[in-house]
Amino acid sequence: MNELAITVIGRDRPGIVADVAEVLAGLGANLTDSTMTRLRGHFAMTLICTGPAAAEVEAALAPLAAEGQLLATVRAVTPDGDVPPVGEPYVMAVHGSDRMGIVAAMTRVLVDAGGNVTDLSTRLTGALYVVLAEVELPAGVADTLVDRLHRTAAELGVEVTLRPADPDLL
Amino acid sequence: MTGEERGPDVGLGDWTPESLDVPGEVRVVVSAPNPVLSQAADEVDPTAKETVQLAADLIATMRVSPGCVGLAAPQVGVGARVFAVDVTGHPKAVTVHGTFVLCNARVVEATRWKPGREGCMSVPDLTGDVKRASRLVVEGDLPGSGAPVRLVTDGFEARALQHEIDHCAGLLFLDRVAGAHAVYQRKVYL
Repeated sequence: MNELAITVIGRDRPGIVADVAEVLAGLGANLTDSTMTRLRGHFAMTLICTGPAAAEVEAALAPLAAEGQLLATVRAVTPDGDVPPVGEPYVMAVHGSDRMGIVAAMTRVLVDAGGNVTDLSTRLTGALYVVLAEVELPAGVADTLVDRLHRTAAELGVEVTLRPADPDLL
Repeated sequence: MTGEERGPDVGLGDWTPESLDVPGEVRVVVSAPNPVLSQAADEVDPTAKETVQLAADLIATMRVSPGCVGLAAPQVGVGARVFAVDVTGHPKAVTVHGTFVLCNARVVEATRWKPGREGCMSVPDLTGDVKRASRLVVEGDLPGSGAPVRLVTDGFEARALQHEIDHCAGLLFLDRVAGAHAVYQRKVYL
């Protein structure tokens, strides 16, 4: 079974998801994991699909790209299965005045502590910059990591919080 | 509104699982997309023999499942409005009513909505952010005697009750998540 990594991005308009999903369904490509969102007026899709060959999908998406100012890329990837978790899930929230290097500096602190970022989004609105990251941390590092995050945040002039995202099993 | 204004608990009294007077058997917990989890369950006769057995089985199954603080009949494949709850010892629990089973339970008051991340034994690989009332009044019937019960609770026990009442209505936490990016791969297993 082919596994494909597909990205589609273009100026937002109604119907992008339906159009792209229809093309994929028509080819027998099964849309598995995906994330789709609007970023500053552009609609961005990152999809993992299983099914046909990459060239076939690329050809089928080409008319959409030609008509609708969409940019689509398709490439075959190797299914690696699930990556085992590094540790416990946390959410890091950063907010403050926009400046260069906030994501770079804050995620470097996470990585240096053995953390693995599994999900991250940023939003810039006016002068306010917001970073939200899901991160897996090795057991026992959170307390010392919080100090390092605060020091780095202070250097950048932003605020940071780190809180456990452990779910309650009901 | 305070707990006093809502009125006190009525009817749970000294109820314990032992009052069911039947041994519970551990049942198999079913996972989504099993259709039984998506159907509104039927009201039950709380005094019927099969309801009493089901109540005992839910408690037995809940007790052998690590970290489980609640289990509804649809989760063991039975479309009946019956669930067990026990949040004893949970760090987030404030009000705790111990182990109990309710039949035909319904929410009569829900206030102070708060978000929280939930996992479910029937959706083992995902978690999601769900807003639930942190002050809750629930009415239902006790299995065995059929006595009516009114529970006033809060915090984590309130969340557990809403999650189980949803199961009886054919709803999973997935039906209540806060948005398109509010579902996550579950990373820690008990």
